[in-house]
Amino acid sequence: MTPMPQQLLRHPVLWLALAGLAFPLIAGEFWVGTVAARVLIIGTMALSLTFLTSSAGLVSFAQAGVAGVAGYTLALLSPNITGVGMAVPWPLAVGAALVMGTLAGLLVGWVSVRSSGIYLLMITLAMSVSLFYLVSQNTEIFNGFDGINGLKPPELFGMDLRAPIPFYGMALAAAVLSAAAVMHLDRTPFGLQLHALRNAPRRVAALGFSTTLLRIAAFGIAGLIASVGGVLNTWFSGQMSPGAVDVHAAVNLLVVAVLGGIRHPLGAFLGAAAFVLLENYAASVIDRERFNLVIGAVFIVIVLFAKDGLIGLIQQLRAQIKPAWTGVCAKSGRKAV
Amino acid sequence: MRFYILLSLNALTVASLYFLVASGFSLIFGLLRTVNMAHGAFYLLGAYVGYDIASYTGSWLLGLAGAAVAVAAVGLVMHLTLLRTLSGDELRQALVTIGFAIVVGDLLLARYGGITYQFAPPEILYGTTPMPVIRGYPTIRLVVIASALLVGLGLWLLIHRTRLGMLIRAGVDDRDILSAMGFNVQRVLVLVFALGAGLAGLAGVIGGSALSVSPGEDARFLLSSLVVVIIGGMGSLAGAALGALLIGFAEQFGLAFIPNYATLLTFLLMVAVLAVRPQGLLGRG
Repeated sequence: MTPMPQQLLRHPVLWLALAGLAFPLIAGEFWVGTVAARVLIIGTMALSLTFLTSSAGLVSFAQAGVAGVAGYTLALLSPNITGVGMAVPWPLAVGAALVMGTLAGLLVGWVSVRSSGIYLLMITLAMSVSLFYLVSQNTEIFNGFDGINGLKPPELFGMDLRAPIPFYGMALAAAVLSAAAVMHLDRTPFGLQLHALRNAPRRVAALGFSTTLLRIAAFGIAGLIASVGGVLNTWFSGQMSPGAVDVHAAVNLLVVAVLGGIRHPLGAFLGAAAFVLLENYAASVIDRERFNLVIGAVFIVIVLFAKDGLIGLIQQLRAQIKPAWTGVCAKSGRKAV
Repeated sequence: MRFYILLSLNALTVASLYFLVASGFSLIFGLLRTVNMAHGAFYLLGAYVGYDIASYTGSWLLGLAGAAVAVAAVGLVMHLTLLRTLSGDELRQALVTIGFAIVVGDLLLARYGGITYQFAPPEILYGTTPMPVIRGYPTIRLVVIASALLVGLGLWLLIHRTRLGMLIRAGVDDRDILSAMGFNVQRVLVLVFALGAGLAGLAGVIGGSALSVSPGEDARFLLSSLVVVIIGGMGSLAGAALGALLIGFAEQFGLAFIPNYATLLTFLLMVAVLAVRPQGLLGRG
């Protein structure tokens, strides 16, 4: 069944890609290389959480930590000025980072396999902070609190990925591919099993599926997505330190996902955009140092009054402005199939 | 021999501190089913407020009492304004407390800055207490251990020997039936939340005196509370004590023998407990 053009046009990931491609045409280098690239990286990391929550109903605090595992693996296997680890060719380093991050995701899923809801939240937070203490206390491998510095993105076919536009392009490609993968996965039998797991775990078990394996697999996929974000983040900041996996990093990722709307893949990117913009504009509203105050207050308001975050607000707004429009679209969509 | 005794006493001190913080966390969870992610922020708030009161009045004890009351009041306000409206939705409650913790943490940073504060406890608590074999041990640490014992005993008496305790125990088992029998459950919930928050404030002053006060302590004590109740069991006083002891000893012995990997010991302890008893060692259900 090939999707009709009309359906394709309404595909959210297409909009993400188009908006991403159009952005460098209208914005300056600072906005593209610094702001937008950061939005895409944070969005990709938050997407891993959104995927877990929207498909399998799992809320995890460990995604920043999982991204951090990938980041540390990359840092240790890349040339750095701290002089730790050993440098290998960069495709190998990236591959190893993705594998280690995925394994970390699987580990999180395996350890927390019997917990759900707020228990899961607590256990994943505890694991995430354990990683923070491990890397900040360990001077042998991770160089303790100072972390690993002087990391650079590689060159690809003579193109310097360090330059703002190529780096942005790479981040955009990663974000679009991850989002497309998540949206696609939602329609596969595996995605349906995850939905079933979210809605009625007992029935899934009674039907003969292994709920344990399903959950661990979901965490593994989320781990892979988080690792993609983690690798980009490490290149973006040029360093890897315990600060990237501390409790604030874990909380920020959850804030981003909830802010945008944790039930929709694009919510992660919307939330990331709101987060980064607030970060840049909090300076002009009040003191730059008080960004956390602003984001905390906004977060509380969103949690209290907008259950599905910014995406939910937009959908409500759309339905209110043009109630007929959404209805007609849904009808014609059905006709097209 | 002396080394091991000292190490054990250090572990006991840390465990006592963890128990002081986690007991309130566990109490709140047991009755309200709310994971108070702002518990670490309450600890830090108590430490700072206690420091201010103590340095203004010159009385450490007043600081202790003032911090407990102030943080209980803040907890009360948070419960009434933010948590009550979300009653029944545990996940969103947890999220709202995270937002609250971010705001409180930032306000504290704005007010007190990033520097480390050091309490000046009364003369009697300063210095060391002579002891056999190890010669002496810092008095303030013994005070930490003693206050954990006192608070533990007090909570046990409250829960098992008073009318309020009876209501709390009944509420933990079945809140709806308790309410249907004509008891004002909302009042009990509010009281318990204030009590749990106040305990965190109290622990802030005691912990701040034995160690020091600086930003970042909130995350540390939130984590320790989480791990203590994950290991010991949610909503169980004895579980909090057992969990705190296990974590305290694992952490101190880990730091002494495998300093680079000390956290792994705590992590493995948690994994082991989760694998065998997901509800915690002394947790029910």
